[in-house]
Amino acid sequence: MGRPTIPVKYCKFAACSCYYRASIFVLSMSEINIVQAPPGIEGNGFFATSLDKVIGLARSHSLWPLPFATSCCGIEFMATMGSHYDFGRFGAERLSFSPRQADVIMVMGTIAKKMGPVLKQVYLQMAEPRWVMAVGACASSGGIFDTYSVLQGIDEIIPVDVYVPGCPPRPEAILDGFQRIQDLVKNESGRRRYSPEYKELLAGYGIQ
Amino acid sequence: MAKATNTELIDLLGGKFGEQLFDVSEPYGLLTFSTTKDRIIDVLAFLKENGKINFNFLTDITAVHYPEKEQIAVVYHVHSMVSGIRVRVKVFLHENHPVIPTATVLWHGANWMERETYDFFGVKFEGHPDLRRILNLDDLGVHPMLKQYPLEDPNRVDKKDEFFGR
Amino acid sequence: MSYNQPVYTDNDPQSELVTLNLGPTHPATHGVFQNVLQMDGERIVSGVSTIGYIHRAFEKIAEHRPFYQITPLTDRLNYCSSPINNMGWHMTVEKLLNIQIPKRVDYLRVIIMELSRIADHIICNTIIAQDTGATTTFLYLFQYREHIYEIFEEICGARLTTNIGRIGGLERDFNDVAFAKINKFLKEFPVALREFEGLLNRNRIFIDRTKGVAEVTQENALNYSWTGPLLRATGVDYDVRISEPYSSYQDFDFEIPVGTTGDIFDRYLVRNEEMWQSVRIIEQSLEKLKSEPKGIFHADVPDFYLPGKEQVYNNMEALIYHFKIVMGEIDAPKAEVYHAVEGGNGELGFYLINDGGRSPYRLHFRRPSFINYQMYAKMSEGMLLSDAIINMSSMNIIAGELDA
Repeated sequence: MGRPTIPVKYCKFAACSCYYRASIFVLSMSEINIVQAPPGIEGNGFFATSLDKVIGLARSHSLWPLPFATSCCGIEFMATMGSHYDFGRFGAERLSFSPRQADVIMVMGTIAKKMGPVLKQVYLQMAEPRWVMAVGACASSGGIFDTYSVLQGIDEIIPVDVYVPGCPPRPEAILDGFQRIQDLVKNESGRRRYSPEYKELLAGYGIQ
Repeated sequence: MAKATNTELIDLLGGKFGEQLFDVSEPYGLLTFSTTKDRIIDVLAFLKENGKINFNFLTDITAVHYPEKEQIAVVYHVHSMVSGIRVRVKVFLHENHPVIPTATVLWHGANWMERETYDFFGVKFEGHPDLRRILNLDDLGVHPMLKQYPLEDPNRVDKKDEFFGR
Repeated sequence: MSYNQPVYTDNDPQSELVTLNLGPTHPATHGVFQNVLQMDGERIVSGVSTIGYIHRAFEKIAEHRPFYQITPLTDRLNYCSSPINNMGWHMTVEKLLNIQIPKRVDYLRVIIMELSRIADHIICNTIIAQDTGATTTFLYLFQYREHIYEIFEEICGARLTTNIGRIGGLERDFNDVAFAKINKFLKEFPVALREFEGLLNRNRIFIDRTKGVAEVTQENALNYSWTGPLLRATGVDYDVRISEPYSSYQDFDFEIPVGTTGDIFDRYLVRNEEMWQSVRIIEQSLEKLKSEPKGIFHADVPDFYLPGKEQVYNNMEALIYHFKIVMGEIDAPKAEVYHAVEGGNGELGFYLINDGGRSPYRLHFRRPSFINYQMYAKMSEGMLLSDAIINMSSMNIIAGELDA
C-alpha cells in the first residue's frame, strides 16, 4: 500500500495531462472516506438513533439547490458546476429551477430593487424546510454598488442562513459555503420550523 | 472604398444646411457639430440618405446634463461603415422642457436608446411608439442621471455617517 | 417606497391566446430579463420584453469615482470577457490623454483580449448546444475556460472580474509561468475545439434545430444597430478591429468570418470560426513578442500610470506620483472622446466627457447586448417557443451589459 510518487505527464486514471508531478497511489478500503453514522445503539440487524439525525444526514447529502443566478457570481457557479470543481460531488447534481422542489436557494449576484419582489415570491414558493445562501458581496450586502437601484443585501427581504463573501467568490469558497449549509442541515432539529422563534423570524420579514 | 475625410463631410453638410449647423469641432478626429431640435431629423435623414457618404448605422443616442447652463444635450453618434467615418451630432435643449422629435422614423435601433435617455434624463421624444421607463422602476418618480439627484439611496437608515466622512 | 409587482395577466377566459411569462428567473434565460409572450398553442404571437432587473447604475457611479476606480466597474459589464472591457476603458483614457503605447504592451494586451474573447464564445456556443439538449459539450469546453482562468490568475491575480491593466499599460509583466501556460493552452485548445465541432457541426439534430431559425436580413440588422457576431452572421463584415484598429491590430493577419443568412447555425459557425482566428492571433502575437525588447510593460507616463508597490516604498518620485494619482489630481484635458473596441458581443463604446475633475463629468457605455436585444421581441413573433429559447441563447445576452 505504498505511495510511490512518479513524475509522469499523463495520469493513467483520468487520461488528462497534469502539468505538475502526478502521484499514483493505491487505494484500500480503509482510505476511502464514507459518511460517518450518527451516534446510536447498534445491535444484530438493527441500528437505533434519533430520527432528527438520520433525516439530517440524508437531507444534507442530497440537497437540491435552486441557482438564482443574476450576474457575475452566476458564471463562477457555472464554473463550480463544471468538471474541474464538480459541485455534483456534494449531492447537488440535480439543479432544481422550480422552487417547489428545491431545498436551498443560492442567490448569486446583485439583486436590484426591481428584482426584490421576484426573489421574495420565489422564496415564498419554496416548501419547508428551506435554506438560503447568499453568494457574493452583492447578495450579502449590496457589494460595490451602493446606489439607488440596488438592494443592499438580500437579508432586507428574506432570512439568510449562510453568506459567502467574495467578488466573485472562488469556486472553493462557494463549495465551503455549501458545506456550511450542509452542517446546518445535518444538525437541524426537527421541530425548528414550528418553533416560535422561527415564526418570529419570518414575521420580521413580513412572511406568514 | 476610400475613406471619407472630415473636410469632405463639412463641405457636404455646409452645402445643404449652411448656418443651421454650428459649433463645429473635431475633438480627437471625430467631427462634432450642433444643431437645433427642429432640424435634427432632417440632418440625420440627410446623413443617412445623401448618396455620397451614407451614414447607415446609428451607433448610440445619449444625453448629458449641464445644470450650470440649464441645458440637456442629446448626443447622436452615427457611423458610415462604407466610408469609414463617424460623426457626432448634438442638440441642446432647455432642462425644464426637453422635447425633441424621435429618430425611430429613420432607424428602428433608436427605440430603446431613446427609452433609456428618457428614463435617465427625462427627455421626451415626440412620436416615439412606446416611451416609458426601461431600466429603472416605473414608480421611481425622478430621472436619476440628472445632477441634482444623489447616487446613494437617501432612505437608508443603517449607514453610520462617521464611517463615510459625512 | 412601493416595489414593482411582477407582470400579471388579465386572465380573459374568452381569449384563446395564453400569456406565458418567460420570467426573470428561468433556466433558459441566461441572466435576468423578462419576456411576456402571448402564445397560440406552441407558437408565439407577440411578446414584450422587460429589462432592468439588474440595473446597477454604472453611469451614475462613474460620475463619482476617479479613473482607476472605474476599471472594476467596467469588469462587471460583460463579465464573461471582462479584460476586454478593462482594456477598452484604459484605451479610452489613453486616447483622451494622447498617450503612445509601446508595441510590446499592445501585443500583450492583444493576447489578453483574444483569450477573453475565446472564453466568451465558449460560453455562448456551449450554451446554445445545451439549450438544444447537448450537455456534454458544455462540460468538455468549460475545462478550457478553467485553463484561461489560470492564465488570468497568473497575469493579474483574479479569475473572472480581472480589473487588469493600468492607464498606459499593464501592472506587471507576464512571467515565464504565464507564457508556459499560454503555450500549453495553444497546444490543447485546438484539439478540444475540433472535437467540439466534430460533435455538433454535422450533427443532424443540431442542424435541424438551428438552421433556418431566426433568419435576419442585413438591412434589418443594420437598422436595429446590431454589431458583433450577430451582424457578421447576416453577412456584413464589420469588425471594429479592422475598421478602426486599436492596440496594433493592424499588424496582425486574421480574417473576419461572415455568414449568409443570419440564422442561429450561422451565428454558431461565426463564433466557432472567430475562436480559430483568435488562436491564430495569439500565436502571431507570441511570435512578435520575441522580436520586441524585453521587460517593457507600460508606457513612460508617470503622471497617469500607477506605479508598482516596490517603487512606491523605495522611490520618492514614485511615492509622490502614487499620492497624486490616488488623490485624483490627474491633469487630464477637458474634452470628450468616444472609443470603441470589439467586445465579445459587438462594438463596445465608451463616451467620456472630462471636465478636469477627479471623476469624469459623464461616462456613457455603448453596450452591444442592450442594443442587440431590442429586436428580440419582434423576432420571436411567429416562432415556436423552443426556437425562441435557442434564439435568445444565440444572441449571447449578458445581463450585466444589458442593464449596466
